[in-house]
Amino acid sequence: MDYFLELFLGGLTRGSIYALIALGYTMVYGIIELINFAHGEIYMIGAFTGLIVISVLTMLGWNSIAIIILAALIAMLYSAAYGFTIEKIAYKPLRGSQRLSALISAIGMSLFLQNYVLLAQTSNFLPYPNLIPTWDFLKPVGHIVRSTEIVIYIAAALVMVALTYLIKFTRMGKAMRAVAQDRDMSMLVGVDVNRVISFTFIIGSSIAALGGVLVASHIGQVNFYVGFIAGIKAFVAAVLGGIGSMPGAVLGSLVLGWTESFFTGYISSDYEDVFAFVFLVLILIFRPAGILGRSDTDKV
Amino acid sequence: MLKLQNIETFYGNIQALKSISMDIAEGEIVTLIGANGAGKSTTLMSISGVVPPRAGEILFQDQPIHGLPPNTIVSMGISQVPEGRRIFPYLTVLENLDMGAFLRDDKDEIKNDIAYIFELFPILAERRNQPGGTLSGGEQQMLAISRALMARPRLLLLDEPSLGLAPLVVKRIFDIVRKINTENNTTVFLVEQNANLALKTAHRGYVMENGRIIMADAADKLLANEDVRKAYLGI
Repeated sequence: MDYFLELFLGGLTRGSIYALIALGYTMVYGIIELINFAHGEIYMIGAFTGLIVISVLTMLGWNSIAIIILAALIAMLYSAAYGFTIEKIAYKPLRGSQRLSALISAIGMSLFLQNYVLLAQTSNFLPYPNLIPTWDFLKPVGHIVRSTEIVIYIAAALVMVALTYLIKFTRMGKAMRAVAQDRDMSMLVGVDVNRVISFTFIIGSSIAALGGVLVASHIGQVNFYVGFIAGIKAFVAAVLGGIGSMPGAVLGSLVLGWTESFFTGYISSDYEDVFAFVFLVLILIFRPAGILGRSDTDKV
Repeated sequence: MLKLQNIETFYGNIQALKSISMDIAEGEIVTLIGANGAGKSTTLMSISGVVPPRAGEILFQDQPIHGLPPNTIVSMGISQVPEGRRIFPYLTVLENLDMGAFLRDDKDEIKNDIAYIFELFPILAERRNQPGGTLSGGEQQMLAISRALMARPRLLLLDEPSLGLAPLVVKRIFDIVRKINTENNTTVFLVEQNANLALKTAHRGYVMENGRIIMADAADKLLANEDVRKAYLGI
């Protein structure tokens, strides 16, 4: 039973992480129908930014809780700036051209960012300090769940609640839904579509960066390549849930997290990644619209 | 109120509008008729700034608006009901109306306007919580016009409001267009393929062919014109 619970919670952790990345994918897809392949790199840059902030503040002798909060916030801001800039440089000039052009630009941006971090930092794995203390009340179940994981659950849940509120009740959220359904018509009612697109990239990127900092703390290391794998997995999750649908992204992430966790736990851990991609192929064959996806135009 | 001077609009390398000039005075209903592909919708999209013209000037209340982004043009008082109605399919009727008032923040007045719209089109009140995509064609057209009115436009651009609707519904919608014009003093620019109906509704008309304006006159004179009758009225 303990083993099952451990796998269940492990799956929940994976699922929450995937969700933090998949939300950005699915939001951007919902607004401009682009698979933003550079999104995983944003997550990685978030993790690196967090590491830099943590290193500096640790040297200055700050309190560890304050450090992790500040690191997450700065990483979110910095990655948001990256997301904003990437859209302006790599996607906006291609708006109105074929979808494939923007997709190729996205892949190029992803490779560029990976190599940029590789050159600016190092190809080695860097150790990532875990600043979230092990809480006393968790000690009896320490072999099943760690405090970092609890923080990841809470962060993911808060992000989902905040996003739901944003989409349902704010002016910007309404504009996002309208743009997702009909971009030209949104312009005709006075929505500044460029602003909505920039906003979407900023929100998606900062959520991914939050994920990057938390996951790197949880795993304890980071290198320039972590964004690629995490990004691809989150992409699978977003497609599984129905790309363009935000509840779908969360559901897809949880399903993928749990299946991966149980598969590796009970069957074999060697084929973990293979399994995720077999999953993707199966979805694309049998239910291309995903679990919650509509087969037509609606998104966000 | 609206002045187009030598407008040239392109889609890529294809020129859709060739030196279009037009004039619409405050309080008028002006129609633009012509065959499919003549450039009528492009004219509206150029005015709204969605497909900005490459050359020429558009003046709205003596201010140049060509080159301004669509949201600024809406905020100046030009609303468009595009061809095919373009209802947000997954937003409810109420949310669609709310989107029409996107640039306004006078909440109480917006409520009043919605009440006014529900008076104008009682069927929309009945369907207020239904997704826009589930409405019939006629209901969607009513919603599309209502959504445009929610911006309180000075100038209303209507693109083919009769398209694909039953004659009775078309009559209803044109009655409302006249009512909006006389009661709210909203200027209307009406693009139509149904030339007969359009010329009977409007004060003045322009005839468009292959991206050029080939005729401009009072609506009753165009209705009586031999060439117009042959080409567009099928008489």
